Amino acid sequence: MSELSKGTIIKVAGPVVVAEGMVGARMYDVVRVGGDNLIGEIVELRGDLASIQVYEDTVGVGPGEEVVNTGAPLSVELGPGLISSIYDGIQRPLDQLVAAQGDHILRGSDIPGLKRDVKWLFKPVIENGTKVSHGDFIGEVQESTLVLHKIMVPAGVSGTVEGLNEGEYTVEETIGAIVADDGSRTELKLMQKWPVRQGRTSKRRLAPNEILVTGQRVIDAFFPLGKGGTACVPGPFGTGKTVVQHQLAKWVDADVIVYVGCGERGNEMTDVLLEFPELVDPHSGEPLMKRVVMIANTSDMPVAAREASVYTGITMAEYFRDMGYSVAMMADSTSRWAEAMREISTRLEEMPAEEGYPAYLGARIASFYERSGRVVCAGSPERTGALSIIGAVSPPGGDLSDSVVQATLHVVKVFWSLVGRLAQQRHFPAIDWLTSYSFYKEYLAGSFEDKEQGAEFAAMVQEAMNLLEQEAELIEIVRLVGAESISANDRMALETAKSIREDFLHQNAFHKIDTYTPIEKQFDMMKVILHFHEQGLAAIENDVETADIFKLAVREDIARAKYVDYADKEKIIGITGIIDEQMKALYAPVA
Amino acid sequence: MLKEYKTVSRIYGPLMLVESVEGAKYGHIVDIEIADGTIRHGQILQVEKDKVLVQVFEGTEGINVNDSTVRFLGKPMELALSPEILGRVFDGIGKPKDDGPAIIAEKKLNINGNPINPYARDFPNEFIQTGISTIDGLNPLVRGQKLPVFSGAGLPHDDIAAQLARQATVLGEGQTFAVVFAAMGITFEAAQFFIDDLTNTGAIERSVMFINLANDPAIERIATPRVALTAAEYLAFEMDMHVLVILNDMTNYCEALREISAARKEVPGRRGYPGYLYTDLATIYERAGRIKGRNGSITMVPVLTMPEDDKTHPVPDLTGYITEGQIILSRPLHRKAISPPVDVLPSLSRLKDKGIGEGKTREDHADLYNQLYAAYARGKEAQELATILGEAALSEEDRNYMTFANKFEERYISQGYYDNRTIEQTLDLGWELLSMFENVELKRIDEELIARYMPRFRDKK
Repeated sequence: MSELSKGTIIKVAGPVVVAEGMVGARMYDVVRVGGDNLIGEIVELRGDLASIQVYEDTVGVGPGEEVVNTGAPLSVELGPGLISSIYDGIQRPLDQLVAAQGDHILRGSDIPGLKRDVKWLFKPVIENGTKVSHGDFIGEVQESTLVLHKIMVPAGVSGTVEGLNEGEYTVEETIGAIVADDGSRTELKLMQKWPVRQGRTSKRRLAPNEILVTGQRVIDAFFPLGKGGTACVPGPFGTGKTVVQHQLAKWVDADVIVYVGCGERGNEMTDVLLEFPELVDPHSGEPLMKRVVMIANTSDMPVAAREASVYTGITMAEYFRDMGYSVAMMADSTSRWAEAMREISTRLEEMPAEEGYPAYLGARIASFYERSGRVVCAGSPERTGALSIIGAVSPPGGDLSDSVVQATLHVVKVFWSLVGRLAQQRHFPAIDWLTSYSFYKEYLAGSFEDKEQGAEFAAMVQEAMNLLEQEAELIEIVRLVGAESISANDRMALETAKSIREDFLHQNAFHKIDTYTPIEKQFDMMKVILHFHEQGLAAIENDVETADIFKLAVREDIARAKYVDYADKEKIIGITGIIDEQMKALYAPVA
Repeated sequence: MLKEYKTVSRIYGPLMLVESVEGAKYGHIVDIEIADGTIRHGQILQVEKDKVLVQVFEGTEGINVNDSTVRFLGKPMELALSPEILGRVFDGIGKPKDDGPAIIAEKKLNINGNPINPYARDFPNEFIQTGISTIDGLNPLVRGQKLPVFSGAGLPHDDIAAQLARQATVLGEGQTFAVVFAAMGITFEAAQFFIDDLTNTGAIERSVMFINLANDPAIERIATPRVALTAAEYLAFEMDMHVLVILNDMTNYCEALREISAARKEVPGRRGYPGYLYTDLATIYERAGRIKGRNGSITMVPVLTMPEDDKTHPVPDLTGYITEGQIILSRPLHRKAISPPVDVLPSLSRLKDKGIGEGKTREDHADLYNQLYAAYARGKEAQELATILGEAALSEEDRNYMTFANKFEERYISQGYYDNRTIEQTLDLGWELLSMFENVELKRIDEELIARYMPRFRDKK
């Protein structure tokens, strides 16, 4: 290990460099390339020839320059200081890069991922002399007001703890040591490293058993995401993928959020960077940023680092999961990640499969999503953590037969299908209720304090779904023969379906109240809409004209329920009474 | 210091292979002196041991293997910059094309630029008034945004680009404004129209042009947007100017990129375009923006023609994934002589919510455009229904919406290329059109705003 092998560049083609004389190099070893010390990773070996994907721009690099093998795979630093940080795809802190290099990203930076000069107050949670092994908690650091960072025994280490003391330490200082049975000593630090392409180990996987509440009505009610589950959001451009991702990052009830902006717009990342510190977490009242780790590898940043960015993100997410937290990771967009794979693959002159993507595309996507899940974490105390993944996919031309979409649908359990038609009608979130699905619906009832209410909600959602189905069928008929020729009951169904769409499914992400709907408010809103439906049907039985029902003033109250602050919940619940009153008025013949 | 080689071994397509070269670096540029003594320019695409693959900007026509001398300049392509570039016309790789003198460089910058650190970016949130209702009212443009115009053959994208360059202003402040225009493979007429338009309005004094016409070398187009953006960055971030960059036409740029990719026998992605087209376009488009602590900004309007008006073609598709929205032109509207023929429904400005509202435009702006959109979408559906079933079969409500859609097209969308509407005029026009609906129908507008702005209530006060 200590003898670092050196090689010489013989070929440069874009982000791929080939070096000879790389004796002893292993796949995925990190290397430093050329005079500027660019960071690269070995992706192919042939004899002593190594193909290297370089994480930085290679202009000005040429044959004859040196390549030095660091002998270690691409790893991230895990420890206090991750929260509220913003990194590029290989964990270089972007804020510190600005200070060091200016407004543009230059090459060959060596700034470490975790700040070296910050002292953290470390409190041990175990006594010296305790026997520990991988994953056991040894102490804690209050990293932000929202995240209590657990310090755990690193993998592959076990023995007796000694020299552990409360105190202020930097991530590199020794906080104690573990003496193994054979007498070997491992120094403990606040920081540990983990290779990004390897999943962090846990005791065992569990199936998801509850939903992750997001405050987005169409998601929570109709297509919920399980804690530890996976979801994918495909859609053509302009359908609001990124807004959906942002909304989830803002409102999801997870302990830690890892947001990966992978090959997306610079201005969008800036929006997140400027907005998140201002936003208040609805669960704790603290700034949201205090539970967020951000990775931003925008589309103009080097493509190889984009390929690495999702791995960097998920490794950090797994690390927080191992502390027993519920973690949500957003990757926007996995298509850009797949394209980065394709670009590297092309430069390696590999035989392509569909659309030029490498043949291992499906396998890489599947193994990435499989790093999600609810797990019993390694070590003591016994605890479970959950890691949910929400991946955006940007299919070319919105075509869902795209390789990346198809490979993703093979593995994810929730599918939120964004469609251009709804976006054009300004129906947001533009999630198509007829084609989307979720395998986690059965856990919906459990997310209510009152389980009976939860069961009722699940039943109401099913009824609403039936009405929407019915609408899809009826609308064809109405197109052909006109609305007058269908039965009054069907007209009522159409009108209610419209109300479900406009008054429930449609949600304005930019409205200060509408942006987040507590699950109990979702219940009340749905209840009011369906109550109007029932009462409408009853009125039709009593020979009331549908046109009169549709004109009732209470409908405006129903439409505006979404903008009512839930502190005034009586205002929403009270609508049922108004419905009854106004309907009854229609019955009574005017004397 | 400069090394010269006469070891050209192969020439194919726009590419040239030079052998036995020492010390060549990826991405650096070369001068090629051909038999008749003229100089061409090239860039290194790949270096393998002593073999160097060069793309020749001016094309390889007339180059022969034996008599060409290749000089390795040992640096990436640079553009000479000084305040004197304003008012000048250059070719596609930044050499003066007018009769003016060479630029004496105050600064030389690498045309490839470097990615802006997302942390250093400042969010675009200053409304730009373009005077075009469909943009200002429904798809507002903000400083630092990149908003392409998706057009098609025979549609008036040049007129819209010129109108933008002529009318775009930021409300309520004195400013230093500049236009950088990059022409890639467009016709002489289209380029001249633009130059004339800028000359007539006097805007030429604060413009920089980079012109690569349809009959200029295709490979040169690879450099043109980069050269133009380097000039824009200089004006914006060194000279504190607000720069509007117009790139016309990006489809031609992509075709040049495809030509090189094909010559290199790379595995193609969709429709023969290289797999790295997205990344390549991103390195161009992402150069728009604002930077914290700097006064200037770069706003970008790339123009592209969609083959057969197909939005899913790789060029518009990948562009749409990078840019912050798109303005799409409609052939049916153009046929109806509605100008500018902006297809409102699929057009989108992603940053609109950041640049509007109280203190920026007006408090009713957001609700108003949501309602206009919804009503127009509904009206368009009714229009389609009417063509199938006949107008008589429509319900009264549908007929109402159809009337709205027609009026909306005639009065709101249609304004011509020389009508410069203020944002207040645009907003008030929106209210006037909506006044044909009952309040219950206006679900997307806050009640208070209706009371304040709807003409029927305003007049009563």
